[in-house]
Amino acid sequence: MPIKTESFYLNVGPQHPSTHGVFRLRLALDGEVVTDVEPIVGYLHRGIEKLAETRTYTQIIPLTDRLDYLASMTDNVAYCVAVEKLAGIKVPERAEYIRIIFSELMRISSHMMAVGFYLNDCGAFFTPVLYMWREREKIIDLFDMVCGQRLLYNYMRVGGVSQDLPDEFMPALKKFIDEMPRYIGEYNQLIKQNEIFLARSKGVGILPKETAINIGASGPVLRASGVKWDLRKMDPYSLYDRFDFDICTGEVGDCYDRYWVRMQEMTQSLRIIEQAMKQMPDKGPVRADVPQFFRPPAGEAYGYIEAPKGNLGFYIVSDGSIAPYRLHIFPPTLINITALRDMVIGWKVADLIIIFGSMDVVLGEIDR
Amino acid sequence: MTVALNGEDTGKKIAEAIPGSVVSGDKNSLIVESKSLLQVAEYLKNTPGMEFDYLTVVTAVDFMEYFEVVYRLVSMKNNQSLMLKTRVFDRVNPTIPSVTGLWRAAYYQEREIFDLFGIKFEGHPYLKRLLLWEGFEGYPLRRDYL
Repeated sequence: MPIKTESFYLNVGPQHPSTHGVFRLRLALDGEVVTDVEPIVGYLHRGIEKLAETRTYTQIIPLTDRLDYLASMTDNVAYCVAVEKLAGIKVPERAEYIRIIFSELMRISSHMMAVGFYLNDCGAFFTPVLYMWREREKIIDLFDMVCGQRLLYNYMRVGGVSQDLPDEFMPALKKFIDEMPRYIGEYNQLIKQNEIFLARSKGVGILPKETAINIGASGPVLRASGVKWDLRKMDPYSLYDRFDFDICTGEVGDCYDRYWVRMQEMTQSLRIIEQAMKQMPDKGPVRADVPQFFRPPAGEAYGYIEAPKGNLGFYIVSDGSIAPYRLHIFPPTLINITALRDMVIGWKVADLIIIFGSMDVVLGEIDR
Repeated sequence: MTVALNGEDTGKKIAEAIPGSVVSGDKNSLIVESKSLLQVAEYLKNTPGMEFDYLTVVTAVDFMEYFEVVYRLVSMKNNQSLMLKTRVFDRVNPTIPSVTGLWRAAYYQEREIFDLFGIKFEGHPYLKRLLLWEGFEGYPLRRDYL
């Protein structure tokens, strides 16, 4: 008599430590092998796009903090870039440099969290992530110095930043930049040659180049698949054309490449900050003259930047009033998880957790 | 630097290849008929000199008389971009063709538009609500939703 088998359905999440927030995966399993996966999102949906329609352009900035809450600073920047494009506002040079310094610090911090939690998913339970938290704490102290906040900064303003840097900021940043390469070396020493880590991540969850482009992936996920595409180089916004840095790419697009691209990008970000510190004018305005209740001309604009997790954009339609007619947020991580199905089918449940971890997903941004 | 293509010139080229598909084009964007959207998208993806292989943002705007669906296409090879738009005038049962067959980047974004605006995408493999739950009444991002 033949044995009859049927696939087994398993819900991972929404309350599961490895889903990095409230995210649910509905798996179809054949034994331990994943045969189908359906991501279910929306548990953190707050309707930010609808809320924005009833707020002034300045009042929306704190809402953007709550998108990607591990990289709030770049969310602020992306929104401000879009509004400045819409209203044709010119940002003072010193403010542009401050924005670049903070964006790159945010990128380092976000990548450290991504790599740390990825190792958590691999089974290195909380040791690497605590090493990374040690340095992230220093970055957060720097942010705390300028805006008094540790997670949701609300520091950027349309036309610049909310206030100039305090006197003690530059020496503290200098100290951090000098120390950081040693710590990155420490992480590499701890992780890069680890047998278990290599066995778990090399060749796992491969995302081919053509698929990565077709699904519209961006950020480290796209670059790990070998596509040399970084908006800071390909479409330089702000003052990024003044800096000398490399686009880091992977070779095959497996979990290891995604990890390694992030580690290299941290070093590149340090290079950018170093150059920005040298080039930055010592004095000058940090904010263009923009009234609090300003009315941009009717029209539309799409502003976008290279956020730590990928191409983050804001599409704004204005009808000439103090509030936007329509604000759309283009979240990089929602687009990246389109590839999840291709990457996990045929792998075991334990691999699914690390493939998902390697994509660096933040649910605040997916659900909005 | 990504060059934003002029909608007027691109529109002329498309009108030659696919007659009757272009509504209008200006400096920033190109508006096409919704019924020929798929043909235009295919043309933009496969014609040498265009080669828009990378779709970024897909969204919709409710202008009360019509819905405007916006696509931003990027060509990695030529480093250029194009804002492609189409309009749907039906408020009760708005339907336009889905572009997921060409760019899978639209998969979640079209589901999101269906969820929040109620625009149906013909040919989408799995058109279900994305952020709100099944059974939710109304489409919150429409301007007449209170």
